[in-house]
Amino acid sequence: MCLAIPARVVSIDGDAMATVALEGIRKPVSTALLEEVAVGDYVLVHVGYALHKLSEEEAERTLQLMAEAGVLAEELEDMAGEPVAGADA
Amino acid sequence: MKYIKEFRDGQLAEKLALAIRQEADPDRHYHLMEFCGGHTHAIFRYGVQDLVPENVEYVHGPGCPVCVLPVRRLDDAVELALKANVILTTYGDMMRVPGTKQKSLIRAKAEGADIRMVYSTQDALRIARENPERQVVFFAIGFETTTPPTAVAILQAKAEGLKNFSVFCNHVLTPPAIAHIVNAPAEPGERPVKIDGFLGPSHVSSVIGWAPYEPAARDFRKPVVIAGFEPLDVMQSTLMLIRQINEGRHKVENQYTRVVTREGNRKAQRLVDEVLELRRTFEWRGLGYVPDSALRIREAFSAFDAEKRFALSPKESREVKSCECPAILRGVKKPTECKLFGTVCTPDNPMGACMVSSEGACAAYWSYGRKPEAVAATAKGAAA
Ligand code: SF4
Repeated sequence: MCLAIPARVVSIDGDAMATVALEGIRKPVSTALLEEVAVGDYVLVHVGYALHKLSEEEAERTLQLMAEAGVLAEELEDMAGEPVAGADA
Repeated sequence: MKYIKEFRDGQLAEKLALAIRQEADPDRHYHLMEFCGGHTHAIFRYGVQDLVPENVEYVHGPGCPVCVLPVRRLDDAVELALKANVILTTYGDMMRVPGTKQKSLIRAKAEGADIRMVYSTQDALRIARENPERQVVFFAIGFETTTPPTAVAILQAKAEGLKNFSVFCNHVLTPPAIAHIVNAPAEPGERPVKIDGFLGPSHVSSVIGWAPYEPAARDFRKPVVIAGFEPLDVMQSTLMLIRQINEGRHKVENQYTRVVTREGNRKAQRLVDEVLELRRTFEWRGLGYVPDSALRIREAFSAFDAEKRFALSPKESREVKSCECPAILRGVKKPTECKLFGTVCTPDNPMGACMVSSEGACAAYWSYGRKPEAVAATAKGAAA
């Protein structure tokens, strides 16, 4: 659970929230830990928070390596899963 | 070398492997502790151990957040969850960890406790807003990477005046654990742990920076290299450690310059510091009580502290007998030295925390087929 996944910021939603997109998944994340963030930035997302900004090349490289390491699917699932609904059923 | 093809850049991996073989002194044994469960996972997934010579050995460390939480704190969480009117929210990893008498949160849930897995502290806040008549407790665990989101949630709850939200805080700190591992005397009857250098955690360090490891590196004369999670990062960091050890140096070096700086994420540090403060001591599974190694909620935010809001009864907590998780987390035993490994204890029926989380050493051994024979075989094959 220390893994963080790179994603692209697609909108800034106010209240220190933004929406990121990755592999067709859109997800609201908190940007409270970043000094500034703009649409188009790549950020490392960990437990629903943008931890860090990174370059597009670095984001892509990391995603590829995560896919090969077999951890990307798991992380995406964590991110996409309607966390509460899934757990409550 | 069966995994080498899976590297994105196989050539680079081979070059690194060659450099490691050339620079590793055959008359020396290098014990390198990878602190982080993320590294353990990468090392197994890619068979990195097979790519380095036999005398370069990875020792698995305690950097698996689920693994280091002591049973007593898990039992406390189960007690909280079973209280009337409480909704306990938790990261998914915690659900299956067995507590005393193998009671896990999943079992508590089956008994009727309202426990909900969340992806983010933001989800826990939302549940609190949606259930104003219930008490929503967030079971916070994890290292420095996972701590800032907890601090932000508490600040938000205060700003919103949420009266029914609190946090059961179990956040722990990496540098004191590293210092403790090299400094603690061996347990009676146990071989002392041998460590010549550390692969330092990358995402933790993206938050705290690499400066906090300097005292431990200096005082205990152990080099630390902050290493990214990808296999090539691990190999490059291994080479950096071997060079330091050969030259008798013990500095903190940063292999993961893409993300980690000396200072780290100042804003995240500020937010954590505003809400949380050092605990004088905290129990870790395996390591015992470690001074200044964890965080608690500051007095100014005590309204959001589940330990203050709810009375927790004293309990006699116990690990599953003969689970070797504690010794594994200290780096003195390997999963295959546990009698229960792979027989009684499997990921489907975990007896200890190290088999639950994918970052745990037992789960990593299990997933990548390291049965006892395989381990011995690869140790021999690695020299080829
Ligand atoms: S194999 Fe299971 S019982 Fe043995 S140490 Fe690992 S988690 Fe504990």
